[in-house]
This record gives sequence, C-alpha cells and structure tokens, in this order.
Amino acid sequence: MECKNAQILIDGYLDRELDPLRTLEIEDHLHGCAVCSQSYKDHQVLSEGLRTGSVYFKAPAGLQKRIQRAVRQAAKAESAPRWLSWSWVRMAAPLAAAALVLFTLVPFLRGPSTEEILTREVVSGHVRSLMANHLADVPSSDQHTVKPWFNGKLDFSPPVQDLATQGFPLVGGRLDYLDNRPVAALIYQRAKHLINVFIWPSSESSDSGIKSETRQGYHVFHWTRSGMTFWAVSDLEESQLQEFVQLLQNQSPTTL
Amino acid sequence: MEEKDKTARFEQTVLPYMDAAYNLARWLTRNEQDAEDMVQEAYLRAFKFFHAFRGVDGRAWLLSIVRNTCYTWLHQNRAHEITTMFDEEIHSVDSDTSNPATLALRSADHQLLREALDELPVEFREVVVLRDLEGFSYKEIADITNIPAGTVMSRLARARERLKQLVCNRLKEKP
Repeated sequence: MECKNAQILIDGYLDRELDPLRTLEIEDHLHGCAVCSQSYKDHQVLSEGLRTGSVYFKAPAGLQKRIQRAVRQAAKAESAPRWLSWSWVRMAAPLAAAALVLFTLVPFLRGPSTEEILTREVVSGHVRSLMANHLADVPSSDQHTVKPWFNGKLDFSPPVQDLATQGFPLVGGRLDYLDNRPVAALIYQRAKHLINVFIWPSSESSDSGIKSETRQGYHVFHWTRSGMTFWAVSDLEESQLQEFVQLLQNQSPTTL
Repeated sequence: MEEKDKTARFEQTVLPYMDAAYNLARWLTRNEQDAEDMVQEAYLRAFKFFHAFRGVDGRAWLLSIVRNTCYTWLHQNRAHEITTMFDEEIHSVDSDTSNPATLALRSADHQLLREALDELPVEFREVVVLRDLEGFSYKEIADITNIPAGTVMSRLARARERLKQLVCNRLKEKP
C-alpha cells in the first residue's frame, strides 16, 4: 500500500469504519511505515482531545425556553389558518359563490312582497270600482253621512273628511276587501278623475312616511297614521294626487 | 388536540438534541449569538417539515436542518468563508508532516484546540465536529452533509491533518 492511500485510510481505521480486509491492509502498512504510523498517532491524539468534550459548546441556558416558545407560537399560527387552508378554501369557494348568486337572485326569485301584492290589490280594487256600477255604497258628499254609514259594517271607524273646499269633494263611501279583510273605501273626485282611498287598521303601531308607486298608469300612495293604513289610488296626475294625500295627512285628529 | 399532539411529539423527538444543534451551529457560524438564531430558525424549519420526518434518529435529522440553515446563512452573510469550488486535492495531505508532534499535540489545551478548529475551512470543520464531537458514523455524516460516504473519510483525513498543522503552529508561536 502506498503512503498516499494509507494517509486517507488511517482515519477510517482510527474511526473503525474500514471493512476487515482494508483493516488488515492498513495494519500491515502501519507496522512497516513510521511516517504513516506517526500520522495515525497524531490523528488519534487530536481526535481524543476533541472527544473529551472540552471544545464542545453546550446550548446556553434559556435557549430551550426560547425555542419552545417559538415552536408553540408557530404551532398556534399553523393551527389557526388551518380553517382557512387551501383545501378548505377550495371546497368552500364554490359554496360561497353559490351563496352569493343566491343572495343576489333571491329578491328576483322569491314571490312578490306583501307591499307589491297590496299595490296590485289596491289598483284592482280601484279599477273594479270604476268598471261596475258600484263606486259608492253610500253616495254622499257629507262626511257626517258617510262616516256613520260604516258603523256596524266594519270593526273600526275610518276617518272621513270632505275636502271640497280644497278641490277634492267627497263622493261617497264603500265597503271593499283588501289584505284579507274588509276595509273602508272613500271616494273623492278631482275634475273627472276619481280617487279611491282605502283605509283599515294598521298592524304597525308607528306612523310611516308616504310611499308612492305607479302601476298600470295608476299612481298609488300609501302611509300609516294614527294606527290606520291609508292607500290612495287614482289616475290623477301624480303631483295633484300628492297634494290630495298631503291634505288627508294634515287632517286634524279631531276630524278623524 | 392534533396540533398539541404534534407539538408534543416534535419536542420529544428533537428537543433533547438542542446541545448538538447549538454545538454544530456554533462551529459553523463561529459565533455564539448567530448560533442561537440558527438553532431557533432550524427548529422552526424542522417543525414545519416534521410531518415529513420518517426516520428514527431525530438528532441526525435535526442536525441536517441545522447545517442547511447555517449554510444558507453563511452564503448570505459570510460568502467569502465558503470555498465554493472546494478542491479536495489542494488540501491533500503531503508527507512533510513527518515531525513527531504527538507529544506537543497532547499539551494543546482546549482554548488552543478551539482556535485551531475555528481556523479550518468550514467543509473540514463540519466533518471533524460531526465525527469527533458528535460521534456520528461516516454514513450518518454523509447523510447530514449530503456528500458521498467515500468523501467523508478523505475529507476527515485532510481535516485532521490540517488541524494538526494549525495546532502545531500555535504551539510553536507560544513562548
């Protein structure tokens, strides 16, 4: 064996990493070579010197705590976004998208609201009153005739007021049926236009502002006041009907 | 629950080897403060990839992560210390070390040994640390350092020879 090869193998020999054949070869060489034998001894001394642990750096106190804290923090951070992990998001995304579409479409998909149904009913009621010869059950311009007429026919007493002086003379009163209940219908006139005002007790205690709609060419105003629901409908020009509504709204409680 | 389990298993697997991790990090960075940071970073990396740990030897697994962490840091902060085109032959042993040094070597104290070891190129330093300080087998060192098993022995032979020269030089300089 050449010294060049032996110089490498002596460390394998020293570390007991050589197979038996190589071990025999290097032992044989070391017996006959003073240089390599010296190297072997030097390396052995060095290795032993290092193995005593005198040059070993032990972890400083506190490092373990520091690392445990860091790892547990990482564990927490890892477990938290688990709810938002990609696999979860991948699953949830179509659901979320579907929900979004649903929420967007629901107003269009679901049936008409109570208000819409009522608006239709009110307009129908108005049209019907004009078609049949049944505009007024009590044709009278006298509010003191019309109001008592409802007594015994309804479980409430509707406010009746003649607005003739303001250009909206009372034509009469009628019983009608809206919102699944009998209601009072008051008929007013402006020139050749007729106005139906439907009145019934409100399910809501608080007053509400005036809401308006236009349907099939008819203008519809409705509001709640003093526990009564009012729906006024007419083919009258919208601004004039609004004027009429304002007058009704401003009725003093005593006239109610 | 599961997360707590994982943390507990992780701590059982690698926390006992904190000294080994710190020792290697210290020898690779040659600085105590940097070593602490390396160890912490290595543990966090290890925790992140703990699910992939299939072995039985937590120490070797941890130290390979410590080594990678340190090498990344060395490349970023001490690039000049890494002999990128590390040529084994340049550092090959020649036979001019025939002077009988055994007795002198025995007199080297731990401070002198540390200084000499610190002076070794990092590729030499790490095999000496893994072999003589940690007692890993050549096969384990090959796995940790990602170098061929055959290279471990030759690199270790050259490392020890260089270390011997460094120690002898220091002993000579001493009054």
